[in-house]
Amino acid sequence: MKSVQEIKTAIETAFPAAGLEFVPNPGPSAQHSLRLGPDCAVDVATFLRDDPELAFDFLSNVSGVDWPDKKVAEKVKVTRTVTKTVDGPDGQKVDQQVEETVEETREHIEPGFLEAVYHLYSVAKKQGPLVLRMRTVNRTGQTSLPSLTPVWRSAEFQEREVFDLFGIDFTGHPDLRRILMWPEFKDHPMRKDYVEPDDFEYEPTAHDEVLRRAQEHKGSEQQTASSDRAGS
Amino acid sequence: MDQNLRIELGKQGIFVTTIEELYNWGRRSSVWPMQFGLACCAIEMIATTMARYDLARFGAEVFRPSPRQADLMIVSGTVTKKMAPQVVRLYNQMAEPRYVIAMGACAISGGPFKQGYNVLKGIDRYIPVDVHIPGCPPRPEALIQAFMTLQKKIDGQPLTGEGRPRFLDPNAQGEFPVPEQGEHDLEPASNKGVWPVPITIR
Repeated sequence: MKSVQEIKTAIETAFPAAGLEFVPNPGPSAQHSLRLGPDCAVDVATFLRDDPELAFDFLSNVSGVDWPDKKVAEKVKVTRTVTKTVDGPDGQKVDQQVEETVEETREHIEPGFLEAVYHLYSVAKKQGPLVLRMRTVNRTGQTSLPSLTPVWRSAEFQEREVFDLFGIDFTGHPDLRRILMWPEFKDHPMRKDYVEPDDFEYEPTAHDEVLRRAQEHKGSEQQTASSDRAGS
Repeated sequence: MDQNLRIELGKQGIFVTTIEELYNWGRRSSVWPMQFGLACCAIEMIATTMARYDLARFGAEVFRPSPRQADLMIVSGTVTKKMAPQVVRLYNQMAEPRYVIAMGACAISGGPFKQGYNVLKGIDRYIPVDVHIPGCPPRPEALIQAFMTLQKKIDGQPLTGEGRPRFLDPNAQGEFPVPEQGEHDLEPASNKGVWPVPITIR
């Protein structure tokens, strides 16, 4: 089994402008992955499949990951000039300019993105899995990625599922339609910010987030009940 | 009619009955279910019709593959929101008299998928259900019990007046609106005439 680093070197020898990134997995499984740039992803995938040393001939799994916008707080040391009142040499109070280092917490928002993850195996070389990742530019407007269905036919339905539930547009996919939800459906249910329809009664022991939703639901329930009474 | 007189006449070889009894006996003894299954409950339904449990003993020996020839719809399994309009449409296509058994936790309430976005929380939101069976999935005995409950229900229906079956009531609703698949959910979310929105008391 070739290591991910070796595979990365092999790809970079063939495609110097591939724009690969090694994404380490710090967990005990140590299943590191490779991030592909979307521009030459299809070329790299074809290389991974056809290269006699690598021969990744089997695409086992395609999944989607939603990375929402992340608020990051970092502590920064800032040097500022502060005026301080100091005791002078002759007992008088004197104003003095002093430089002071203060720790400040700054928050910024890291924009989110959608990610498609591909798990490859090689039946011929008995190696795998090789984990490939591709990221979209953002979550709202630019959500297209190149489809790997022309390289591995087994990606077809799974990319349709990722399109349906996460909303990644796979360019080059032969038949990109919703596969689980109906065609008129507008949302992407597996995204973190998806709000599911409020159409069920909650259990009587609701707590936390469920309790909040249950109370909202109770309000709308009473509204519909009173409007029903007014109507009849 | 007096029960003792009837027994006495029976001993003499005279069989006395009423039209209502005869009619209901005929109806309850030939309830033909529709042949369709939605999820794992369908496997139990199939087991019920096989030799070991033998639903044919109750007059339900033929599962009809067409809604036009069926009297009973066994909603056996999870009804997804994608499937719900088709289930309601199938029910509309059945000829009266028609009955519905909601089989299993999913069909009666959404079951383990109750908090999911894509599962209908009980088929009784769109069509009238005669017998509910809890269980995940219910055993074949439970389906037989439900079937016998339905037979008792049919047996007790008078032909005139209050409580008569729907097909003898010209004012009863015959067709049930098929929900549309909207942008976020089914529209409407329930048929108010069949299923009033319950108010939870906490």
